[in-house]
Order: sequence, then C-alpha cells, then structure tokens
Amino acid sequence: MTTLDQPQRSSTTRHDRLTSFEARYQHAKRVRHAWTMLYGVLFLAALVASVSVSDFNLSGLMQGLPKAWTYIAGTIPSLSLETLGADLGEWYWGLRFWLRLLVETILMGFVGTVLGGVLALSLCFFASRNLTPNNGFYFVSRRVLEFCRTVPELVFALIFVFAFGLGPFAGVLAIAVHTAGSLGKLFAEVNENVDPRSIEGVRAAGGNWPMVMRLAVVPQALPNYASYLLLRFEINVRGASALGIVGAGGIGQELYVAIRQFEYTDISAIMLLLIAVVSIIDIACETVRHRMIGQDLISGH
Amino acid sequence: MQTVTQADIARLKSINPALLRRPWGQSARDWGLWLVFAAVLAFGLWWIDASPLRVFDGLSKLGMLVRLMLPPWPGESFFDFCYAILETLAMAFLGTLIAAVIALPLGFLGAKNIVPNWLFHFSLRRVFDGFRGIDGLVWALIFVSAVGMGPFAGVLAIAVGDVMVFGKLFAEAIENVDRKSVDGVRAAGGSDTHAVRLGVFPQVLPVMISHVLYFFESNVRSATILGIVGAGGIGLQLSDRIRINNWHEAAFIILMILVTVAVIDAISMRIRARIINDKPSA
Repeated sequence: MTTLDQPQRSSTTRHDRLTSFEARYQHAKRVRHAWTMLYGVLFLAALVASVSVSDFNLSGLMQGLPKAWTYIAGTIPSLSLETLGADLGEWYWGLRFWLRLLVETILMGFVGTVLGGVLALSLCFFASRNLTPNNGFYFVSRRVLEFCRTVPELVFALIFVFAFGLGPFAGVLAIAVHTAGSLGKLFAEVNENVDPRSIEGVRAAGGNWPMVMRLAVVPQALPNYASYLLLRFEINVRGASALGIVGAGGIGQELYVAIRQFEYTDISAIMLLLIAVVSIIDIACETVRHRMIGQDLISGH
Repeated sequence: MQTVTQADIARLKSINPALLRRPWGQSARDWGLWLVFAAVLAFGLWWIDASPLRVFDGLSKLGMLVRLMLPPWPGESFFDFCYAILETLAMAFLGTLIAAVIALPLGFLGAKNIVPNWLFHFSLRRVFDGFRGIDGLVWALIFVSAVGMGPFAGVLAIAVGDVMVFGKLFAEAIENVDRKSVDGVRAAGGSDTHAVRLGVFPQVLPVMISHVLYFFESNVRSATILGIVGAGGIGLQLSDRIRINNWHEAAFIILMILVTVAVIDAISMRIRARIINDKPSA
C-alpha cells in the first residue's frame, strides 16, 4: 500500500511546487515590468523636461542643421588641380604664425602636465589609504585633489587670466591645477595597489616614511605613473587649444578670432592643423606607452 | 647568516664590473632623454614668461580675489542660477542622447567583425580619431555662429563632439563580443540581421549604456562651461559675473557647479553599478 501512496503524495508536492514556482515567477516578472515602466516614465520625463528647457525644437533643428551645414561647407576652400600650389598657399597664408601658436599650445600642454604631475606626485602619497601617515593628511589632500579636478579648467583659466594677466602663463597654471587634481587621484589609486611586502621589507630594514615611499612604492608604481602622465599630456594639448578662447594663449585665440570674424577658410585651415597635431601626439604617446608596458613585461614585473 | 660589507661589494665589483653597473650605452641614453626633457621644460617656462616675481605678484592678486569671493552669496538671482543649472543638465542629457543614437549605426559600421572590409573601417576609425581632437568648446563656438546663441547650440556641440567618441567605443565593444552566441543564432538558422539583433546586441547593450552614462556625467562637467562662449547654461551666468567683477556670485555659482557635479556623479555611479550587476539578465 505504501508503494501506491508514495508516488501519489510526491506528485501533489511536485504540483504544489510548480504552482508556487509559477506564482513566484509571475510576481518577479510583474515587479520587473513595474521597474522597467518606472524607469521608462522617468526617462521620458527627463527627455520632455530637457527638450523644453533647452529650446530644442524640431523646426529649430530643421532650420539649424542646413545652416550649420552651409557654415561647415563654407569653411572648405576652393581648390583646383591646376593652381593647387597657389590655392594651398592662399589657404594656409598664415602657416608660419599658426605653427608658432601650435608650438605654444603644445608647450602649454607639456609644461602644465609636468607641473601638475609634480604637484600630484607630492600629494598622492598622503591621499593613499595605505600610505598616509595620519588621517588628517589623508582627508585634507583628498579634498584638495577633489576641488582641483572638479572645478572646470576653463574656470581656473578665467580666474588666472584675471590674476596673472593675459597669455599662456595663466593657461599653464590652469592646466597644472586641473592636472594635479586628476592625476593625484589616479596616482593614489596606483599607490593603493602596490604590493605591501616590499613596504614591509623597507620598514623591516629600518627605513623611515620617505624611504619607504622612495624605495618601496615609487619603483613599483612608476610605469603606471608614466602611463597616466602621457595620457594626460594628450588630453592637455587638446584642452590647451580651447583655453585660448578666454585669452590664455595658444592656437585657440587665433581660432576664436577666425570664428568670430567669419574668416571661413582660416577656420578649416587651423582646425586641420589642430587635428593633425593632436593625432600625431596621440599616436606618439600610444607607441611610448606600449613600449613601456612591453618592457615592463620583459623585466618580469 | 653572513653580513655583506662594503669590502665585499668592492671585491665583487672588481671581479665582474658589468654586474653592478648598467651598460654605458643605456645610461647615456637615459641621461640624454632627461637632458632633452629638462631643455624642453626650460624652454617652455621661458616661452610662457614664468618668473618667481610674476608668480608672487599673481598670488597676491589671487588672495585678493579669494577675499572678494567670501562669502559666496547669490544675491537676488538664486532662481536664475537654478534655472541655468537645469539648462546645463538638459543640454548634457539631450546632447548625449542624440550622440548615442547617431553613433549606434556608426559603431556597427566601424566594427571589424560586422563590416569585414579593411579599408572601410580603417578610414572610418581615422575619421572618429580625427574629430576627437577638437575640443567641445570649439564646436560650441562654431554652432553659436551657425545657429545663434542659446542652449540649442550647446546641445549640438555636445552631440557632435561625442558622436565620434561613441562610435569608437561602440565599435570596440562590438568587436569584443563572444562569438559563441552569434554562432548559436547562426546554427539555429538565423540570418545576418538575426545574428546582430539576437547574438551581438544583447551582449553589447549593457556596455553601451554604461559608456553613455559615463559620458553623460562628463558632459555635465563640460556643459557647465559651454556658456562661456554663449551656448547657454550656468557657464553663461558665471562668465557674466566674472566679467562684471561680481565675485560673490561667481563663487556661489562655482559652488553650485561643484555640488551638481557631485550629485550627478553619485547617481550615475549607482546606476552603472546596477547595470553591470544586472548584466546576465539584461
């Protein structure tokens, strides 16, 4: 008799289990649908609000796009094959002057990155949880770095132009402050990931705090520092080209004048130069970074 | 254990000098590189006319500015500032969204595994790279001249500036998909469109959303300054206040920007974390 009862009972529990599973599944599905609906409604609300706040309308877009297109088309110079040399010469009439400004832009990026990097390096040890000598230093340096990277570079540039006068000096300082903020955070993250064994080693051999930083932390973190520094240099050259707009030197100033005075072909000429320089720097930095990482692998780190 | 003395080191050095000294060529190259670095730095400092006197002079002026900024106070225009912040957020939101929608097909076109033509995706990638070199502020300037002042120019500037970056990131995400699910769809008799829709898309969608959110965050940061060239938002208010030397209000605006950016960062970090955790079911 037990042999007859057993399958009967187990089949009911199986049935129960199935229905309860079904119920739970339906419930989970409903909850998920409700969340999706909620997110959808939120998204739509944000979309409608932003469309109304930003004066964005389709007729504006329809009118604006052809205008923008004629604007862009207007910047393309008329080049013909027969008089190519003369045409190019006319298009790039200010080449020597522009190249000088481009050099200025690259130099601004370079000096700003170096100064910012030095600042970041001097703060990053205090801003790493595992290395900081006391919590007060940690808190203060973290907040300083946060402030430096959250205030936009251009706002620093506006203020520095006021304090230090027009020209690349104000731009370099703005770049340096912003770079210090963002690199300091990245450096601190690198520091937090160093192998603690070498720190203990230097401590055990009687090293004081600066020695631990110099002999245990920096050698491990150096390739990463360098990689971030190169990445930042790329970004800063790009950023330096915009700083000129507020009077902080570099090619941006000339570009600003060209756009303001509707000197169409000058705009495209300067932009192409900028794109070329930025691409060259990108490629060069990437090659160097890859080589550094490669060497690092070979030497067994 | 035996302690190593200076004499031991000296003895080892004399036996095998190459062990304890770097090759001459290598150290010469390093010194050369450092010299070049120092020379460029010195040249740069000379070019920008950096002198301790100038730094000192500027710092005292900066101190004066800070005194003028304290206390940060919005005056009567607090609600204007709030509306301007909303405008900035709206610019970033719409600009990012438009860029993402346009970049979606571009990303598929730029991915090696979707379009196998080498020349095509190579040239498309170079176009992506080239446009990346132009700062958002320059785009804003151009659109202000093309469509007039106001936040609409800012939206277009953000959208155009980001389309190329998204195109590149999306293409990379698509190139990194797992081949197996594509093969699965193919094996079940799916067409090319099915393979993309069912095999590729569900895999790349969370990655794309995460990128888009990240860029929304960074666009909020950059939209705060677009107004400086006339593209609306809080930057316009800020540059106006600096121009008329109203430093109390300028300082208040800077604080508002800091708070807004921090709030947006926190929110989008949460959402991104959720999306990445949800990944298998999404």
